[in-house]
Order: sequence, then C-alpha cells, then structure tokens
Amino acid sequence: MRVTVGMGSCGIAAGAQKTWNVLEHCFKEQGISLSVEQVGCIGMCFNEPIVEVITDTDHFYYGKVNGEMAAEIVEKHIKGGVPVEEYLIPEEEMEFLTKQTRVALRNCGIIDPEKIEEYIGRGGYQGLEKVLTTMTPQEVIEEIKISGLRGRGGAGFPTWFKWNAAHESPGEEKYVICNADEGDPGAFMDRSLLEGDPHAVMEGMMIAAYAIGANHGVFYVRAEYPLAIQRLEKAMAQAREKGYLGQNILGSDFSFDLEVKAGAGAFVCGEETALIASLEGERGMPRLKPPFPAQRGYWQKPSNINNVETYGNVPWIIREGGKAFAAMGTDKSKGTKVFALAGKVKHGGLVEVPMGMTIREIIFDIGGGIKDNREIKGVQMGGPSGGCIPKDLLDTPVDYESITKAGAIMGSGGMIVMDETTCMVDMARFFMNFTQEESCGKCVHCRIGTKRMLEILDRIVEGKGREGDIELLEELGQGIIDGSLCGLGQSAPNPALSTIAQFREEYNAHIYEKKCPAHKCKPLLTFTIDEDKCTGCGACAKKCPVDAIRGEKKQPHEIDASLCTRCGSCEATCRFDAVHVD
Amino acid sequence: MKECKCGGKSGEIRTDLSELEPILTKYRNIPGSLITVLQQTQGIYGYLPQEAIVAISKALKIKIAKIMGVITFYAQFRLNPIGKHLIMVCQGTACHVNGSEKVAEALAEELSIQPGETTPDKMFTLENVACLGCCSMAPVMMIQSQGNNEVYGPLTPKSARKVIRDIQAAERGEAE
Repeated sequence: MRVTVGMGSCGIAAGAQKTWNVLEHCFKEQGISLSVEQVGCIGMCFNEPIVEVITDTDHFYYGKVNGEMAAEIVEKHIKGGVPVEEYLIPEEEMEFLTKQTRVALRNCGIIDPEKIEEYIGRGGYQGLEKVLTTMTPQEVIEEIKISGLRGRGGAGFPTWFKWNAAHESPGEEKYVICNADEGDPGAFMDRSLLEGDPHAVMEGMMIAAYAIGANHGVFYVRAEYPLAIQRLEKAMAQAREKGYLGQNILGSDFSFDLEVKAGAGAFVCGEETALIASLEGERGMPRLKPPFPAQRGYWQKPSNINNVETYGNVPWIIREGGKAFAAMGTDKSKGTKVFALAGKVKHGGLVEVPMGMTIREIIFDIGGGIKDNREIKGVQMGGPSGGCIPKDLLDTPVDYESITKAGAIMGSGGMIVMDETTCMVDMARFFMNFTQEESCGKCVHCRIGTKRMLEILDRIVEGKGREGDIELLEELGQGIIDGSLCGLGQSAPNPALSTIAQFREEYNAHIYEKKCPAHKCKPLLTFTIDEDKCTGCGACAKKCPVDAIRGEKKQPHEIDASLCTRCGSCEATCRFDAVHVD
Repeated sequence: MKECKCGGKSGEIRTDLSELEPILTKYRNIPGSLITVLQQTQGIYGYLPQEAIVAISKALKIKIAKIMGVITFYAQFRLNPIGKHLIMVCQGTACHVNGSEKVAEALAEELSIQPGETTPDKMFTLENVACLGCCSMAPVMMIQSQGNNEVYGPLTPKSARKVIRDIQAAERGEAE
C-alpha cells in the first residue's frame, strides 16, 4: 500500500501540509510502517488537498481532505481496509481525469518530484540515453520534425525549426534556455509541471542541448514560483549525482550543465529577446529581430529558447517516437496541449487533451460546466495577448489555427470561463490595465497607445463613454499593432479589439444607454426597491453605509439615488428579493 | 546645507552591510549577476537600502544610475521597507472574474491604507500582484510573514477581513 498527498503550490495553499502532517503523525503514533509520499499536482485543483491510497489492485482518491478526515482515513481505510466512501472523489468528478490524455503531465501527481528514482522508474532519462547512444543531432531534430511539435508558450512556432537554426549557427559556445516566466495571469501549467515533474523538463533541455550542440542551459523562472525553483535545484543536484548532468554524460562526449535564474517580475520578459536581456542582468527590454536568438542570443551566442511544456513533451517524443505524438491532434497542430481551466467553471484545474477537442467538451465534459449553473457567456484564451471566444463559437476545436480564427490565440493555454455576470468591457479594461503597466516603454505606440486605450476604457466603465469611442479604440488598437516591436505591443490591443468584435452591443449599452448588462460596472448601476415586495423591515436601511434608504416602518422604503454609492449592501441584506439592480 | 544623497555621508542610521559581503564576493566576477544580487540583497533587508545599492555598485562596477534603472524596471524590487506581514492580493484574471476587486477594497478599508502602502505601525504592507498561479482557488491572497508564505482562498471580503483580524489578534497576544 502507498499513500500520497498532492503537494503542489495549490495543494499546499489548500492545506496539504497540514493533511500530510496528520497522516505522518498517525502513522508514527500507531506504528504503521508506511511513509506519506508527496507528489506534484494531479490537476484537480478544485478537490485539493488530495490524498491517494494505492493498494495492489486499486486507486482511491480522497478530495478536500482536512486533518480530521485524514485521521479517519487512517483509522478506517489504511488500518481497517474499508475505504471511507463519503470522502472519495465522486465518479463524475473523476471524469475530469479520465477524459484527459496526459503526455506533458504524464508524471504530475504520480511521482515524488524530489526523488529522481521515481522519475527513472517511469521511463525517465531513457530519451536522453537513446539520443546519446543511438542518434545524431540531425536525427534528433528530424524526430522532432516528424512529431510536429510546436511551441507551447504562445506563438506556436515549429520546435524543430528553432532547434535546426541554432544547430546550423556556427560557434563553439551555445545555450539552451527554458522560458518559465509564466506571466499570463490565469495560466499555471508551467508552474505545475516544474513542481510536479522537474526532471522531465530538464531532460527535454538536455536533449535539445545535444541536438543544437550546447553545453550550458538556463532556467528563467518567475520569482513568484519559489517552490518550482526549490524543486528544480534539488532535481539538478540529483541529476548531477547520477551522472545525467556534468562532464561526459553517460560515458558519451556530451557535457552539459544547468542553472536557475529567477525573474524579477516583468511580463515582457516572456519575449525572447527581453528574456535574454534580463538573464544578462539588464532591464528586460526587447530588441529588433533578426538576428534571432538562434543566431545571436544569450551573451551574443546561438541560443535556443523554448517554453516549459514544450521541453516537457520532448523526452516522451524521443522515447515513443515522433509518429506516436503526431498521431494525436489535428492536421497542423499535433499532440496534446495543457490548459489551465479557471474562472466561472465548476471544476477548475489543469487539463491536458489532444489538440482538436472542442472548447465545449473541455468546459462541460471535463470541467463539469458553469458554477452555480449559470449561463456561459464566453471563454477568454491567451490572456493579455488573446481574446474572448463567444458562446456560439464554443464548438471551435482547440488547435492553433482554429483558435486564431475564432478571435483569440492559443497562448500558453490559459482558459478563463466567463458567465453572464462577467462584463466584457470590464474584461477589456482589466487586460489593458495589465499590458499598460507591463509595457516596457521602448516603443511609443505601445507605451502611449495602451495608456490612451486604457483611459478610454476607463471612462466607458465609469459611464462617461462618448460617441466614437469604439471607433477610436479600434483605430488606436491597429496603430499599436502596427507600430510595436515585440509580441507584447503587437498583441496588447487584442482583448479590447476581440471584445468589440464579438460583444459590440455591450460597449454600446455602456456608452449610449449608460448601462452595464452584466451588472458589474458600479457607476452604471441603479438600485431601486420594489414597492410590492418590500415589507418595510428596515434591514437594508440599517446596513446602508451612507443612509441613502428611507421609509416608514412597515412601509415600502426608497433609495435616494443621489446619495447611493452602489455598494450593494442593501441587495445582499434584503431577504425578500425586493432590491433591484439595473 | 544640502544632504549628500549618494550614500556617502548620510547622517542616518547606517545599514549593516556585513551580511551583504559574502554575496558581493560570490558574484563580483560573474557577469550578468546584477538581478540575482539585488534579489538576494532584498532577501536580507526586505527592501533595497541606499547603502546596499552603493556597495553593490562598487563591487560589481556598475553605475548607480544603471542599477536604479534595473530596480525600477522590475516589479519585485522595493526601495522602501515593508511591514512585518506583506499581503499580496492576487489580481490575476481568474481572481478578477471571481471578485478580487471587492476583496482588495475590503482589505484597504480594514487596514486604512492603499495598495503599495504600509500601516503606520509597520505591521502590514498591502500590494496588488499580477498572478499567484492558484487560479482554481480564486480569489486568493498570499501573506508573507518572516519568510513564510501562506495562501488564503477562495476569499470573500468578509473572510479576508477575518484573516487580518486574526493576525492582529495573534500579534496582540504576542505583545502582551
């Protein structure tokens, strides 16, 4: 029997450490000769902390396990042999896992990320061994080409092409870099992969290094991910000890080592050239390409930069063959993709599916549908560089081209579900606020253009929108796209432009009717009391922080609109549903 | 008389630089280490004191102006001391959709400070951050106290206030 606890950042945030402590304490106290194993995130974030009991014949998943539940599981299941039915994750919620196909996440939530033996036990480092003993660098690149793997960080550039360019670049000194500066607010697959299976990403980098002829690799990890950094450091030390890193790896001529550098909080550093500047200790500002990093990158040497998930797929491809990877997915988008499902969805977490599955299947079949059974409005994909896909396009298959056609981008795979209470103008303002703050300031169009767009969006949500504002946003947006050097500027207007294209009527309602259909933008709301429903109990008047509600006892009350600050406390207080918001 | 601003002869309490020395020795000759050095310096002091910046400039042979350029470029670096508890309110997309704004407002009201500010008793610093990566628990906040990170979520304005009050109560208990 084995007992594991999911100890990714989100598991720990949900209290996994306490659960782990209780289990460990019970085992010691009661003389049970088991140790509690820690594993990475299985992806079912909505059920954290998760405890798995593995017997010779079966797996039992327990969800939302607190200390008391853990003690009960020890008593009844581990000692008594009878599973505690009421704490088991129900069958329909397990569909979240069973409907996925896991390649990049193949070991997440299964192995202890701090034990290299467990990674090796699941086929780890076989890919590295295979390339070092039986393949030439060209053959490795060819295998990646056959697999059809494309960059998982955003633009979807063919991985083999980048590798080949770096391979072809002359020079003794070359670098491989892993972009783990997961800046898209709402995406967390890179963090989970690094925390749950660091060796897989490292092995992917080693294979890439062999293919292009690099001897040094760097992880650029967000400083906000301390656990990922800690696990990577541990994994590297173990790999050095086992001879997977260092001089003459596995007896070959190939020598390679890795280091971790922590980012310092700048979204623009997800852009390759900005990332390189940051690695060199400079302000993370992008520069003109070409020369591409494959020609002149880190310290002016040929460098290959891929995203965490891209590298994570590589060992699997080498081991199972490029064809096996290409057998999954669509014509132009091969393999699987990890999505971070969040927002107004019932079961949020990490989802890995073959490309080509529809957005609807991901949200409803895997994610269990919308919270509180509300109506879905759309889904935001690609974060601050992406766009909103409205509900009538939910049957769009997830592949690079189809998503772009639907008005968003694949990006890193953030998928934020929105329901009828989400205001699209507010969403656009939210992302514009983000990109405006994150603009590095180099290009005028991006630096000033995003500021102007934000000002316009600000006034629209404040009820001061003017005629012509929508057109002005469109014009400015196009100007920023045309006039910016890097991906940040070129995509910054997307959230605004895509919501205008898909939800123009919401913009019109804000500007011309001074109303927010989603009841989100405070200055546009009017609170009124329904005379027929009001019993005159006075509860709302007592709660009102500005004394805007008046009325005689047991008589219908009234809200003085000139005093009302639209805080919503009356609506929250009323037990008779008499407060209306419009 | 004008006070020297370069850190040379400021009459204020001097920062103890002894902990910084080993870091400077380690990275003195490694090119591209400025960000790493700044991160570790902030790890010691909780912010980047003026004297430390001067010392870094001398050791790494990088002009202060350039160091300031790097410090102000990145969100992570601070030029002012923070409170004992650093509250980071997530303003990521998932948190935003699930009502993080109201949580942030409630916290600002509870502590009577705005994001970016520290309470007069130096107990709390309030900050808005882009994304903590715990999107399924949205809305969340992370509180950093003496090197420990604790994540709270899913929050409501009420539960966020309670977290603060509990910390305040614990602090009073400690003080007594």
